[in-house]
Amino acid sequence: MESSVMKRERPSSEQELSNTPVKRKAASAAMSEARSGEIPKETIGDISHPDPVMVCRGVNVFYADKQAIFDVDLDIGRNQVISMIGPSGCGKSTFLRCLNRMNDTIDIARVTGSISLDGTDIYDRKLDVVPLRARVGMVFQKPNPFPKSIYENVAYGPRIHGLARDKVELDEIVHSSLERAGLLKEVKDRLEQPGTGLSGGQQQRLCIARAIAVSPEVILMDEPCSALDPIATARIEDLIDELKENYTICIVTHSMQQAARVSQRTAYFHLGYLVEVDETDKIFTNPSHKLTEDYITGRFG
Amino acid sequence: MSNSTQSRDATRQVAERTMKRVNASLRKRYRAERRFRMYGILSVMLGIGFLAVLLIDIAGKGYTAFLQTYIELEVYFDPQVIAPDGALDEETLRMANYNSLIRESLAYLFPGATSRSDRRALGALVSNSAPFQLQQMVMENPGLIGQTARVTLLASADADMVMKGMISRRVPEAERRLSDMQIAWLDTLEDRGRVEKHFNKAFFTHGDSRDPEQAGIWGAIKGSFYMLAVTLVLSFPIGIGAAVYLEEFAPRNRWTDLIEVNINNLAAVPSIVFGLLGLAVFINFFGMPRSAPFVGGLVLTVMTLPTVIISSRAALTSVPPSIREAALGMGASKMQTTFHHVVPLAMPGMLTGTIIGMARALGESAPLLMIGMVAFIVDVPKGLFDPSTALPVQIYLWADAPERAFVERTSAAIIVLLAFLILMNSLAIYLRRKFERRW
Amino acid sequence: MTATTLLLTVLLLSVAGFVLGRRRAFTVADARGGIRSLHSLPGHYGLYTAIWVGLPALLLLFLWQSVEPSILTELVARDLSAEVLELPPERVGLIMNDVKNLVAGNIVSGEISPEIRTAADHWERLESGFRWSRTILIAALAILGFVWARRFISPDLRARNRVEGVVRVTLIACSTIAIFTTVGIVLSVLFESIRFFQAVPITEFLFGLEWSPQIAIRADQVGGSGAFGAVPLFTGTLLIAGIAMLVAAPIGLMTAIYLAEYAPRHVRTVAKPLLEILAGIPTVVYGFFAALTVAPLIREFGESVGMNVASESALAAGLVMGVMIIPFVSSLSDDVINAVPQAMRDGAYALGATKSETTRQVIIPAALPGIVGGLLLATSRAIGETMIVVMAAGLAANLTGNPLEAVTTVTVQIVTLLVGDQEFDSPKTLAAFALSLVLFLVTLVLNVIALQVVKKYREQYE
Repeated sequence: MESSVMKRERPSSEQELSNTPVKRKAASAAMSEARSGEIPKETIGDISHPDPVMVCRGVNVFYADKQAIFDVDLDIGRNQVISMIGPSGCGKSTFLRCLNRMNDTIDIARVTGSISLDGTDIYDRKLDVVPLRARVGMVFQKPNPFPKSIYENVAYGPRIHGLARDKVELDEIVHSSLERAGLLKEVKDRLEQPGTGLSGGQQQRLCIARAIAVSPEVILMDEPCSALDPIATARIEDLIDELKENYTICIVTHSMQQAARVSQRTAYFHLGYLVEVDETDKIFTNPSHKLTEDYITGRFG
Repeated sequence: MSNSTQSRDATRQVAERTMKRVNASLRKRYRAERRFRMYGILSVMLGIGFLAVLLIDIAGKGYTAFLQTYIELEVYFDPQVIAPDGALDEETLRMANYNSLIRESLAYLFPGATSRSDRRALGALVSNSAPFQLQQMVMENPGLIGQTARVTLLASADADMVMKGMISRRVPEAERRLSDMQIAWLDTLEDRGRVEKHFNKAFFTHGDSRDPEQAGIWGAIKGSFYMLAVTLVLSFPIGIGAAVYLEEFAPRNRWTDLIEVNINNLAAVPSIVFGLLGLAVFINFFGMPRSAPFVGGLVLTVMTLPTVIISSRAALTSVPPSIREAALGMGASKMQTTFHHVVPLAMPGMLTGTIIGMARALGESAPLLMIGMVAFIVDVPKGLFDPSTALPVQIYLWADAPERAFVERTSAAIIVLLAFLILMNSLAIYLRRKFERRW
Repeated sequence: MTATTLLLTVLLLSVAGFVLGRRRAFTVADARGGIRSLHSLPGHYGLYTAIWVGLPALLLLFLWQSVEPSILTELVARDLSAEVLELPPERVGLIMNDVKNLVAGNIVSGEISPEIRTAADHWERLESGFRWSRTILIAALAILGFVWARRFISPDLRARNRVEGVVRVTLIACSTIAIFTTVGIVLSVLFESIRFFQAVPITEFLFGLEWSPQIAIRADQVGGSGAFGAVPLFTGTLLIAGIAMLVAAPIGLMTAIYLAEYAPRHVRTVAKPLLEILAGIPTVVYGFFAALTVAPLIREFGESVGMNVASESALAAGLVMGVMIIPFVSSLSDDVINAVPQAMRDGAYALGATKSETTRQVIIPAALPGIVGGLLLATSRAIGETMIVVMAAGLAANLTGNPLEAVTTVTVQIVTLLVGDQEFDSPKTLAAFALSLVLFLVTLVLNVIALQVVKKYREQYE
């Protein structure tokens, strides 16, 4: 049913657009011309995975007339962290938002190609995005707790999806989620206080707790640490490492060190193309493509 | 490895259980979703539906007022009646009994009506203004005396209502303003082709009147026009001046904060309070005349100023600072920057705001009641200090009048008022569309 | 010369001053070596001269116009006979009115006594004298200003700064009008209210349960002194405003939500302006509709189900007022809903919340302070609304909570007490000012709270 993802058009989504490739493209277009021909026809490395949760084939994304993602094929392996890196405006966030159809909230965005989750096409007309998003959760760049108490923030997902039969079960979910997000110790005495009163790092962990409270299979993280200080970042990274035991995580990051630290596989995007994808070690020690190499050695980015 | 496989299986189980529960509640959630959406649609429909009902109701009640019933009679300008002593001086012509000419001509058509009361009832089919029409004809052309002429006379409001079907013939005679006999006469007249409907010019050219068939809105329109002129001349420059000062020059301190709070609050003060201000300050303290459009204009100025100031400030803030910096960088003074660059760029927005403020002022009536603009005024005002009324107040006065014929006139006046408002708002929208600039 | 021609003359002289001043600046500059030697542009010197010509003259004219009538009255009243002067002030005022009417050639009440005739002659003589001296004085002032300004024009004169200073002062004056308005409102209702409370104790006014302001004109008439207990008016006002808010709050809010979150673009572009029309319809039109269409409809409906409905029921006025406020509520709510950051919605959608869940459980709680502020403003509007209730609500001060009965409101009473002939001394007229004071204070408090709440809310998301 489409009703739950009604199209919207408002200033805030325009703002959001400015973070996406559309506007930046002009700036990077000059660069692309200078290096034209360097983007390979096919992605280098192994796009497939022996045990994939999500399989993307031929994904294109358009914002109105402008294409932001070109023909991306990629498998996302189960219980693994895959990071997506690349210069600003390369389309990594846009691609991430395709995975749980968050792009539906932007009026002018259009996605073609196929993305399947455990064998079901998530862009099927008949598919319902509400349970999809319960299976593919998301954590955003800026922590966005609801203006409610810490408890209510975490309980919100289970509540709307009817995951808890009673208050005891709900308490249980909230506590375990907070614990898994490594936040319980800090907040257990003030669960009734507003989530917006926490520090930035705590807020982001609260958002992670909120996401895992629905026990999703995949968690998408869109630069989850870019608004945080190094100490808070380290905590989140540790958390990601622990979470991969139970969840599949896709993380978009600007920091190559972070990608190297937390992920098993790395995908390098450039101007909307998936240039190279491989084991993280391989990408960072011996990249096959010149663009990847230039990026990880800091020539541009 | 077995350890991790186990954990994977566990994960998968948890995921499956979750999905089962999620799917279980989905149907209920979507029902709630649909219901919520329906409430939304219903609310919008209610609002728009009400608008439609209101407009249709008023248009339905009012459109008939644009036509008016006239009765055509052959009037014999009997010299015996007009000038019994044969002297045709102006005084005689003015004072002559034209009413009896009309009665004679009607009696000629209906020879059956002989009694005094019948003849009076016959006369009641024609407007009270008919004798004056004859008087004017004769005074312009004394040659008419002694001749018979076909004259189109204004029908009385009651006759007009019957012809327009507003007074139902099925209503018992006692509850009707016209008797069965009068209606029968009217029908006969109509059969003979002597009743006709013309465009109601009087409605747009006359002032108020006790007789509905003679009442017009020209006086009220002129009163409204004078008031708006005063309001525009005062509130536009003052509003822009205040907005420019507050937005471009004012230091941020307690004084300007106070001004700001005041402006925002005044924008939300009930309009009737401004009327009291006008009554106490302009009329009682400064001794200005009551019912004058000038005072009305002052009151409306005070009332619309906050709106004008607020929208002008919004227009000024939307001019990007880079423009100011560019001008200042060229060595322009602050004042030059403001008046050469910022104000012209903000002008469309300011104009739009002012027009919308004017439209509000045009529709306002409560404060005008307080300064005595509700008086019954027949004469069309000729200046800013002549007693007058305003279009919305005229509507209020007529809405109170008991005669059935005033209902259609009230509605017609509302149609005219709404037409003016639509015109002003369209102008504002046009200006906004034409000059809107996205920075 | 009449005041208007005088005004135009001064403005013309001012324009002439501009031209001459500008020319003078060129002459002065030529002697010094070109325009560059001037401190300001020649136009500034022109403006400088124009201000000197026009401003003092205009100020004098304004001052003259505001004091002339009272001085004239004073001078003429002096030569009325002693026995007239001993009359109470109102009577003297009436006689002076006769004099003025006689001068203006209007109809005069009653016989014209020779005394009034002489007074009128005197008035006319004085007035024409005043006119002459006014014209001469103002013309002299304008010319003096010109000579003065011209003498000062030299390349070193900082004409631009002087002109800008004057403009600045003018701008400041414009912006202080808001304060004067508020002060004017407060003073105009406060003084009369105090006089009212001298006649009727404030406690009786605020807590009395009976309202019948008709006071006998002569002491021996029946009817006594009237009762000024305003509680029935307050309850009536609250009843009607309450009904209005019951209509407007849910419909307005749901409209805003639907248009902001659900409506497809083309629906929004049509529905929004249509609803705005609802806000632009004058209140007198709503009043007419309420009185002639809605009230009879409700009455007939009530009778068909066997209920006794007053023809001026609170329900009719309240319903129509509610409809009037819908667009007000919806546009204020629309603003605050749109101010909720998109990230908040994304957070909920990413968890798999449906649109209505996101709206009800995330957006509305987040926007609540703003919505409450908007509703408070709408309530203040409903309380202060006049025309609808004047035309559709009753005059009888019933103390009831039944929406099918007729009630009266504060604004209705203000209008009925003040419209028509009035003496400014009877408690009946003064009561209107006391009611206005209450109305002003209540709406003031509501507005200030609401504006503060909305402002805080906006700052939170900026």
